[in-house]
Amino acid sequence: MKEDIVDPVLEIHDLTVSYSRKPVLWDIDFSLPKGCIAGIIGPNGAGKSTLIKTIMGVIPSSSGYIKIFDQTLNAVRSRVSYVPQRESVDWDFPASVLDVVLMGRYGKLGLFKNTNKQDKRIALECLEKVGLQDYTKRQISQLSGGQQQRVFLARALAQEADLYLMDEPFAGVDAATEKAIIEILREMANKNKTIIVVHHDLQSVVNYFDWVILINMRLVASGPTQKVFNNKLIQEAYGGKLTLLTEIGNILEERQIPPREK
Amino acid sequence: MDDLVTFFSFSDPNIRYVVFGSILLAASSAIVGCFTLLKKKALVGDAVAHSVLPGVCAAFLFTGTKNISFLICGAFFTGWMSLLLIDYIVAHSKIKKDTAIGLVLSVFFGAGIVLLTFIQQSGNSSQSGLDSFIFGKAAALVGTDLVTFGVIAIILLVIVSVFFKELTLVAFDENFAKSLGFPVKSLDMLLTTLTVLAVVTGITAVGVVLMAAMLITPGAAARYWTDNIRKMVIIAAIFGALSGILGAYISYVAPSMPTGPWMVVTSSFIAVISFFCAPKKGIFAKWVRNNVNKTTMRDENTLKAFYHLGERDEDFELPRSMATLADKQRIGEKQLKKSLISLCSKGLIKETEEKWILTKTGVQDAARIIKLHRLWELYLTNYMHIAPDHVHDDAETIEHIITPEIENELEHLLGYPSDDPHKQKIPRL
Repeated sequence: MKEDIVDPVLEIHDLTVSYSRKPVLWDIDFSLPKGCIAGIIGPNGAGKSTLIKTIMGVIPSSSGYIKIFDQTLNAVRSRVSYVPQRESVDWDFPASVLDVVLMGRYGKLGLFKNTNKQDKRIALECLEKVGLQDYTKRQISQLSGGQQQRVFLARALAQEADLYLMDEPFAGVDAATEKAIIEILREMANKNKTIIVVHHDLQSVVNYFDWVILINMRLVASGPTQKVFNNKLIQEAYGGKLTLLTEIGNILEERQIPPREK
Repeated sequence: MDDLVTFFSFSDPNIRYVVFGSILLAASSAIVGCFTLLKKKALVGDAVAHSVLPGVCAAFLFTGTKNISFLICGAFFTGWMSLLLIDYIVAHSKIKKDTAIGLVLSVFFGAGIVLLTFIQQSGNSSQSGLDSFIFGKAAALVGTDLVTFGVIAIILLVIVSVFFKELTLVAFDENFAKSLGFPVKSLDMLLTTLTVLAVVTGITAVGVVLMAAMLITPGAAARYWTDNIRKMVIIAAIFGALSGILGAYISYVAPSMPTGPWMVVTSSFIAVISFFCAPKKGIFAKWVRNNVNKTTMRDENTLKAFYHLGERDEDFELPRSMATLADKQRIGEKQLKKSLISLCSKGLIKETEEKWILTKTGVQDAARIIKLHRLWELYLTNYMHIAPDHVHDDAETIEHIITPEIENELEHLLGYPSDDPHKQKIPRL
């Protein structure tokens, strides 16, 4: 079940991604409309994080291509923002909240240039949007999990992008923060920004997302939430584990065979 | 004493060289080391340091001279090779990184020692002094050598300041840096090159065995004093420079002493002091904080004892003897006495004829603690459904830490209650 889009924000064509020759994503193929909040949904080990990391060029793909705004990632990097998983960094790093949010400006600055007053103003505005204006000087290890997640969100906002890819922004977050974050995302979507969120809580999918991408090592479905988020497809993504796919993957790894002949 | 004056007057140009050289190399390696440390690559620094020895020896064997530029090239070459080898082993075998580092370190260092022994036994007269590369000799930092090392150290400082933003970003969040399109691989290579260069500048004065300590220790010590990476780098440089001077001084006073170990001992000493004395993070600061907590709890418990007695007699301002108060508490007489004196100095109680009595503010404070205790008990029973006979011990601790904001929220949540789960009155203030 896949709904194709004319003039998509993101087009993924026949994408395969492998870790040491073992494919973790097989022939992923979908497109995404502008101004939606899309959830990437699937069980543990389905390759959700891998998918957005590949879109952001953090890990290489083995075959297929990705087009963002009908161009390659490098051409539109300044219009795309990535929010890594909160646990992926060491929060004991000697930096303040403002320092981290200012990193969102680095992409626009490029190498060798330092942040100026304008960047600082934007960073402070973004902190206010996420409700952390009183914490700007706080060392980042002194924040709660929800606050750390909001720091990452503020850093993404500071990038002033058009497409946002967020890896589990609701993980380890209290109910109030979750609500605050989803409101910010809605506001962004209303301004015609597109947001892709890796998510694993099935309960909230219908409320949060207007587009759903169901994956489990392969694409199960991609389309408007009311069309694809039904029992049959959820069952297919969560229940029907394709054991053959895993077995073949193991052989590819063992014999170190690339997924494409050339 | 004479030595001290001669040394620190810097009138002897040789001393000037040595001191200047030691400061420069120790500070620059400390600065590079901060990033190595934050990237959690401390062990890699150690591997590089040990791996430069075979390079130094091989360079000597090929050229037959102790020309420092050749030796540096050799050191740089094997230092880099060791890192490539570690990465290669990790990528292409089942061996994990820590094992790979251990393997490469010992194999390279072993090869270096073999070469060194071979050179020493070859009867080549110009080899004398080559063994000082193992533990370092600051006195060797003179003339043209110093210029070479000085130039490298300055290059290091310039590169770190130019790439400060990028190095920080990559150290904190590599994936995000990649997503911004920063050349993360090149920046990693840059940091590796800087690490190798920092090690190379130190090999004459500190020696290969202990150079890793000069990379890592100042940064680790500096981390205790600040949460700001800029300040951390500056403090690390100062700590490094300090141990540089002290190491050079000691090896000046006792010429048979190798400089490296002394530099490392002084910088470790600084690290130990930081570990104990740094504000907020140091052991002493934690200890003081603990003690303050303990005394506050003790004093608040004494206040509660007064309040409980007051509740019993329906009069809060009756004088109480030590014995009556001790009955109500689980602390010894000595602690109770201390507690009473401390409360007295805060004006919460006063002494009359060997007895103690709550002041007006004392009654207020005592009532607040009792109120917090009973509010918390009520919260636990109402919201967490814990049996009323299980809530007391929890509340005994929590009563001391509830802030006024949480107090307000608790009261609001519970609807300004009048009784706790044991039907005891919650005091109104």
